[in-house]
Amino acid sequence: MTVDASAPPTRRAVVPPQRGSIARRGSVFLSRHPRVRLSLLLGAPLFWLGLVYIAALAALLITALWTVDSFTGQISQTWTLDNIVAVLTGSLYQTVTLRTVGVALLVTIIDILIALPIAFYMAKVASPRAQRILVIAILMPLWASYLVKAYAWRSVLSQGGIFEWLVSPFGGHSPGYGLPATIITLSYLWLPYVILPIYAGLERVPDSLMEASADLGGGTWSTLRLVVLPMIWPAIIAGSIFSFSLSLGDYITVNIVGGANQMLGNLVYTNVGAANNLPLAAAIALIPILIIFAYLAAVRRTGALNNL
Amino acid sequence: MRLSRPARGLLATITAVVLALIYLPLLVVFVNSFSTSQNLTWPPPGFTLEWWAKAFQSDGALDAVLTSLQVALASTAIALVLGTLISIGLQRFEFFGRDAISLLVILPIALPGIVTGIALNNAFRTGLGVQLSILTLIIAHATFCIVTVFNNVIARLRRLGTSLEDASSDLGAGIWTTFRLVTFPQLRSALFAGGLLAFALSFDEIIVTTFTAGSSVKTLPLWILDNLFRPNQAPVVNVIAVVLVLVSIVPIYFAQRIAGAEKVVR
Amino acid sequence: MKRTPARRTRFTSGALTGVAIVSVALLLTACGTNQGGGTTVSTEAQSELGEMEGTVSLLAWPGYVEDGSNDPEVDWVSAFEDETGCTVTSKTYGTSDEAFSLMKTGDYDVVAASGDASLRLVAAGDVAPVNTDLIPNYDGIFDFLKMQSWNSVDGVSYGIPHGYGANLLMYNTEVVTPAPTSWDVVFDKSSAYKGAVTAYDSPISLADAAVYLMTHQPDLGITNPYALDETQLAASVQLFKDQRVNIGEYWSDYLKEVQAFETGDTVVGTTWQVIHNSLAEGTPAAVVLPEEGATGWSDTWMIAANAKSPNCAYAWLDYIASPEANAQATEYFGEAPSNAGACDFTVNPDHCEVFHAGDAEYAAQIWYWSTPIAECLDGRTDVECTDYSDWTTAWQEIKG
Repeated sequence: MTVDASAPPTRRAVVPPQRGSIARRGSVFLSRHPRVRLSLLLGAPLFWLGLVYIAALAALLITALWTVDSFTGQISQTWTLDNIVAVLTGSLYQTVTLRTVGVALLVTIIDILIALPIAFYMAKVASPRAQRILVIAILMPLWASYLVKAYAWRSVLSQGGIFEWLVSPFGGHSPGYGLPATIITLSYLWLPYVILPIYAGLERVPDSLMEASADLGGGTWSTLRLVVLPMIWPAIIAGSIFSFSLSLGDYITVNIVGGANQMLGNLVYTNVGAANNLPLAAAIALIPILIIFAYLAAVRRTGALNNL
Repeated sequence: MRLSRPARGLLATITAVVLALIYLPLLVVFVNSFSTSQNLTWPPPGFTLEWWAKAFQSDGALDAVLTSLQVALASTAIALVLGTLISIGLQRFEFFGRDAISLLVILPIALPGIVTGIALNNAFRTGLGVQLSILTLIIAHATFCIVTVFNNVIARLRRLGTSLEDASSDLGAGIWTTFRLVTFPQLRSALFAGGLLAFALSFDEIIVTTFTAGSSVKTLPLWILDNLFRPNQAPVVNVIAVVLVLVSIVPIYFAQRIAGAEKVVR
Repeated sequence: MKRTPARRTRFTSGALTGVAIVSVALLLTACGTNQGGGTTVSTEAQSELGEMEGTVSLLAWPGYVEDGSNDPEVDWVSAFEDETGCTVTSKTYGTSDEAFSLMKTGDYDVVAASGDASLRLVAAGDVAPVNTDLIPNYDGIFDFLKMQSWNSVDGVSYGIPHGYGANLLMYNTEVVTPAPTSWDVVFDKSSAYKGAVTAYDSPISLADAAVYLMTHQPDLGITNPYALDETQLAASVQLFKDQRVNIGEYWSDYLKEVQAFETGDTVVGTTWQVIHNSLAEGTPAAVVLPEEGATGWSDTWMIAANAKSPNCAYAWLDYIASPEANAQATEYFGEAPSNAGACDFTVNPDHCEVFHAGDAEYAAQIWYWSTPIAECLDGRTDVECTDYSDWTTAWQEIKG
């Protein structure tokens, strides 16, 4: 749906330079030179992202090849693959990676499953007024601090907490602190970030299209599966990037409700914030970086990223 | 597709149940802000207004809210400008490397916060040799906020197409005039939505913040983290959270009004 | 690492007075403190005080530097600011390790460091020797805290003691019966409380196991829990690995442990006295100093080697060691004060008794946190000891 950059100038009327102001001339120049226009548009943001972000990431990866003097805490710039080898071969890192990816995937799936019906109700069933109220209701919890909400879940899931009180009549128990509690809490925290893009995606699906499908004999399920789902797939991916990556790097929630478990974020955090071993932390950070790149590559093949 | 009555009912029920679950922990926070327990234990042993009084006397909390507002406003502003530029560039032009750039925009939010955090920390301190301050924090926040603006604006641009802009320039309007009078008004609600999300992301961010804020910069999440460690401050933190949730209704309401009004116009 | 231009100018202007002395001292101290094999950048202690700089930046445990902004009634910073004209900015940290890495930023003039950070800070050249003659209130400090292995190196003082306490054993009196007198309830017998045991989440906790092993496996020959050779460390690690299956959660902030004991999610584990004091009334919990002894902390106020405001820093060290301020700060945090005179100024008249302040016999049962280094702290020369990075790796593996 993009417009070819080379086409527009011929279609645009060439404005006679009646008022020879600089702005005017600049404008004419720009409309004749789309490349210049493009570089003006992208110059600042690319400078920002490239300099601030990519350079920083590259520097971090290089640090992974250095070592640190354990007692003085100084980084010594001798090249070594020790950190990377340690991370790749250490059974600790493998276990923790599997655990973290498992948690992140479960959180993402749970969030999408919860978000789909709600987003559908908001976008296609609720009255405009109810729709507005629902969006507010979804957005509001975002403003209660992350930490406060995590501690609230700690209280909810504790022995004799509200969760137990709610489920005990049905013979249920609180899962206590551990991975299930971590998954529940993370799903809770990132849910609004998943609902919103899916809701926005559903809003863009025209009602007429769904009616046409019905008129052509499509049942509810086949319409959802064949018409709606393909259209909102990019939105689902967008939401999943939020929940997956936010879970992948989290170390605070698992500290608060995760019992004795640690995730990749904890390993990175203890190595940099606590053990002052930035090179090893950088090497560990490679794991989530690789996972995310693999994830992005996978969804790119579906074409979802282009429509993000 | 026409939903049957039971299907609608089922959807409504699911929505109601999930909303209830979303608000359950917030209810706990609300109740705990009146609890006599200093450690957020459940059930609350008694009722007190002490924490509310203390919260409103707490200069630390007020300063932290103001700092967070500053950081969030500044980084949202930067993200709005950069995000809009990128999305116009990517949506209105076809060129080599377009995919790479859209990946680049997503990267700061797609990579876990702790990776972004230590990378920027390392770059600021050892790479550039600057001391961490509120500026480094704003730069870091703006970097991962760009994507929310970008997502919203590019989606809107795609839907708008270029016919109105073409008409405008055919009628003799310059690039700037076209943007100001034609493109921008149509983007306004997308910008608002993206900006609001960027603001919320920055306001509540803690992981990147831990690594990029200067020692004297105390945003609200950092203040909360500090105070959860301090003796007897936990309920005050709950009060702040409750106040924030209540206050947040205002900007969200207006955002919705703007978005809603536009829909009617169209 | 690049140095900032600002730092470089400070170096030239600030150190002009004693470049010669400093370089000699550098050579001398390098021989003495260069145990870790790294570069030691140490400077001479200040010999006299100059003009106050107007600001001072402090790094401390939460609750050590309170200026009333969180609770108007808890404020001992304002009096200092009024007295000296030095405006205080402060930052708190959650673990000793965090303090160590924060000091690397060079943003702070003063740090309150526990023993597991202080030696590392000295070795890294991040802190300077402290001339105690310039600190009148040093005289009031308990003698058994002065010039200890965690606040001095080779007879050179590196700071002023602040407060101290023991890592005690806390247990739920309804579940853990009979009342334990030994650490075995969290180690060899911890399976009785599966899923409800807790431990402090830091590599330094390995010393807790070493203290236990000193009594229970004397064959290992541990004489100092911070000087463990490989076999001794392996034994401590094994103890924690066996404990790991019974752990409910590790704690590092004390709100977490307080909640867990109040709700009953945790019933036994290491604790600080202040955590027990914070429990809601009626919580069935008690603390004990087990018969094997315990680890503990003794915190030290230290001055950064490249402090921007050394004079304000000295003023702060003196102020916080004064009986009044020392009483306020240690009582608020919940630990024994370092100044004998502080006991007269605590709000709770029993504070010093509750925390066993000045009780040399009680203090003797405590192994204060110290940084494990390759050169064995117990004086052994025939083996190399495990250092803190070994402990860190081991701790991560224990948690799994």
